[in-house]
Amino acid sequence: MNAGPLVVARGLSKRFPDGTLALDGLDFDVLPGRVTGLVGPDGAGKTTLMRLIAGLLLPSEGSVRSCGFDTASDLPEIRAAVSYMPQRFGLYEDLTVAENLALYADLRGVVGDERTATTQRLLDFTGLGPFTSRLAGKLSGGMKQKLGLACALIRTPRLLLLDEPSVGVDPISRRELWRLVYQLVDRGIAVVWSTAYLDEAERCTSVLTLDRGRLLYDGPPEELTARAIGRTVLVRGADRKRRVLAAALRLPEVVDGVIQGRAVRLVVRDGARPPSPPDLGAPDAEVIPTSPRFEDAFVDLLGGGPKGESPLSGGNRPAIPGADAVVEAVGLTKRFGSFTAARDITFRIGRGEIFGLLGPNGAGKSTTFKMLCGLLVPTEGTARVAGADLYRSGGQARARLGYMAQKFSLYGDLSARQNLEFFSGVYGLSGRRRREAIDRLVGAFELEPFLKVDAGRLPLGFKQRLALACAVLHDPPVLFLDEPTSGVDPLTRREFWSHINAMVERGVTVLVTTHFLDEAEYCDRIALVDKGRVIANGSPDDLKDAARSDSLPEPTLEDAFIGLVEAADAREQAA
Amino acid sequence: MIGRIRHLIVKELLAVWRDRKSRAILVVPPMIQFFVFTFAATQEVKDVPIAVLNEDSGTYARDLVARITGSPNFSRVDFLRSDAEVAPAIDSRRALMVVRIAPDFSRKVAAGRPAEVQLLLDGRRSNAAQLVSGYTGEIISWYEAELSSSRGGPPTPGVVVPRIWFNPNLDPKWSTVPALVAILTTLMGLMITGLSVARERELGTFDQLLVSPLSPTEILIGKSLPALLIGMIEATGMVLLGVFVLGVPFRGSIPLLYLSMIVYLSALIGVGLFVSSLARTQQQAILYSFMFMVPAVLLSGFASPVENMPDWLQTVTLANPVRHFMIILKGLFLKGLPAAEVARKLVPLVLIAAVTLSASSWLFRRRME
Repeated sequence: MNAGPLVVARGLSKRFPDGTLALDGLDFDVLPGRVTGLVGPDGAGKTTLMRLIAGLLLPSEGSVRSCGFDTASDLPEIRAAVSYMPQRFGLYEDLTVAENLALYADLRGVVGDERTATTQRLLDFTGLGPFTSRLAGKLSGGMKQKLGLACALIRTPRLLLLDEPSVGVDPISRRELWRLVYQLVDRGIAVVWSTAYLDEAERCTSVLTLDRGRLLYDGPPEELTARAIGRTVLVRGADRKRRVLAAALRLPEVVDGVIQGRAVRLVVRDGARPPSPPDLGAPDAEVIPTSPRFEDAFVDLLGGGPKGESPLSGGNRPAIPGADAVVEAVGLTKRFGSFTAARDITFRIGRGEIFGLLGPNGAGKSTTFKMLCGLLVPTEGTARVAGADLYRSGGQARARLGYMAQKFSLYGDLSARQNLEFFSGVYGLSGRRRREAIDRLVGAFELEPFLKVDAGRLPLGFKQRLALACAVLHDPPVLFLDEPTSGVDPLTRREFWSHINAMVERGVTVLVTTHFLDEAEYCDRIALVDKGRVIANGSPDDLKDAARSDSLPEPTLEDAFIGLVEAADAREQAA
Repeated sequence: MIGRIRHLIVKELLAVWRDRKSRAILVVPPMIQFFVFTFAATQEVKDVPIAVLNEDSGTYARDLVARITGSPNFSRVDFLRSDAEVAPAIDSRRALMVVRIAPDFSRKVAAGRPAEVQLLLDGRRSNAAQLVSGYTGEIISWYEAELSSSRGGPPTPGVVVPRIWFNPNLDPKWSTVPALVAILTTLMGLMITGLSVARERELGTFDQLLVSPLSPTEILIGKSLPALLIGMIEATGMVLLGVFVLGVPFRGSIPLLYLSMIVYLSALIGVGLFVSSLARTQQQAILYSFMFMVPAVLLSGFASPVENMPDWLQTVTLANPVRHFMIILKGLFLKGLPAAEVARKLVPLVLIAAVTLSASSWLFRRRME
């Protein structure tokens, strides 16, 4: 295997016919035998770059050579040497696993004994052997990605391009996907893995960091992380962590801050001193230096996270009389025929609490979430929201909750204003109250310039703001968020959580499902669901403590997640 | 509750209107179909080859043959000399129809007894054959009517004298336009309702609606009324085109037209919502809609007369809303159907609407799971 770079980009630019400059003068190499991460916020140009490397798009200026061939002139050679797995895996959902593999083998001209051997090898490799007759559409997110990977590997490529392979994939499957990719890399294949999950960047040998079409950083992730050494601290022991975070973000020397379990993680400007506890309004807290993560340095590189306070903060909501638990699930059980998707789910969420619902794909997390919003009627058990029974007085209960789904469920053909008017209308606001609610949120989220724009055409960050605005127009005491920041970049995600934190400080109760474990750190408590049961329930720090061992003295939430699920599975096997 | 439904309706109309594609779909294809079908898919049969076997040498038979051969609908008339030539003429498609006049025709007419003319038709082209036999029947009837009036006596006993009241010029547009109004209204009504829920499911906004305080009934009403409104506007547009551009007379009452339209569209919206609740994606919704559309149009009497169908199939067509609506529309357009008649013909439609609406609302609630 030659050791020269497999991708060579020189002065690579791409301008689309509508005039947008998607990529601006990139120079970089991709070396064989390693994973190169392609990280950046949404709209940074990651997918465009992938497609340019695969020869699906042609550069406007400059050149890109893949495996030694120019994408402008040697497309057939590139097709033979490069495999590209697009974001929405090119699987045929109505074909079985075996049929999908056979189809890709046909397309790639892999026939006869070679085909039998390759298919078997890939099934073993991905662990999909037992599922060959299952329809691809019925696979879980993680299994779909593995099948997509197998299809991309039918003819062993020299260069493998994976476009956001971990979106919608649970932590366990994600770890398996990485294991598979490392095996490929060991065989000398070059892998380009694009992602908005920054913890994944740390697993790459080298990263290309894109922002608005420009290359901000090209090198090993540790080198970038090292730029933040001495500038990251944890604030521990504050009783109101969200208030501390808001206070910290008001300070000029703090460039980034997130909640991490019970603590607040801060990054300070280069050369600045970490803030002292009194600066943060929490005199009894302690500020401890901590080692930086890639994400700290990345956000710093992008110019820091969103500053200041969310416009939603301020003004305490009056307590709900006589309701100690705002959301209450009692023995929720859901059976589909003989299959029990959720079994005896019980928990209580107090006022002003963020409660996270986590679990592997297909574990019953979505079923539980849907029962709690009234989208599914449980076979047994009951749920109450703000004192109203969801199944007896559904309309009343639903009027007290705000809901925001994965894909920002807005009406794309309606303008921002029409969306706001519609949602305020169905939540029963009218007249002056309606006008005031809309004006308040338009002001808070700075939506004024976009009011006449179709919701579908809004920039991603504003789409998210509009979706959140629509969900909270009626000022609900409870907010349900279904993977709210799936596929969203770290900056937009931080802004989102600053709004959520502000609302929680005002007494709003939040229930959130997520695959993104850094996001789970924002939760006060987490219920971990596996095989339809709650297998653990506690604060993020409690879960981490449970996973702590001699071999793993500082477990991450992901370690805890995987450890707990595996332990539960082992207990079940033993029983 | 009414306020919330109003917002749903406004949203629904805006969603259709603001999307340039769906706006175009509502206007352009129906217009094109309307004109193409009116001019191309007429039911008229022109230039048909026929044959005559006249075994009678009397004057009455000669007169009748002269009238048949003089008709502009028949391009070529072969004269056969013997029975033996009849079958080959039809088999070889040289004639769609053979008119056979028996040797005693003139004698019977002269005697004032019922006289028979035999029409032998090519059943392979059943529609054309049906129409041609209709034309010929008319020619014969006119002739007989003329005969009896010239004699000053009553019509020849045993011979029916149908007069062509409703379409005296035999202009095919006149019966095509009402039928097309029915069919295109069906298509649009079904598409609007069939796709609306499926589209929201695909976009993920449907869950958003379900978690709002809206009840399933409110959502159903909020989905039905805009479709009703758009369907009425579409139908109005087509009626206006038919009357003012194509010159088809409208003889019935306008309130009755709209009353029938509302009942019919309700039946259709029931079907559309049923499809909507069944389909997970827009693609499925379109396929399901066509599963309903194609048989409904074929069994409506538009393409082939219901009377030509086997008995059991005729019974099946009673459940077809398109069939009933088409009869009402033709009646309103061409004969000014009186209110009592419209009411009588609306009864099956009301029943169908009740069935489809309750079935769809049942399925809708069930599928919310």
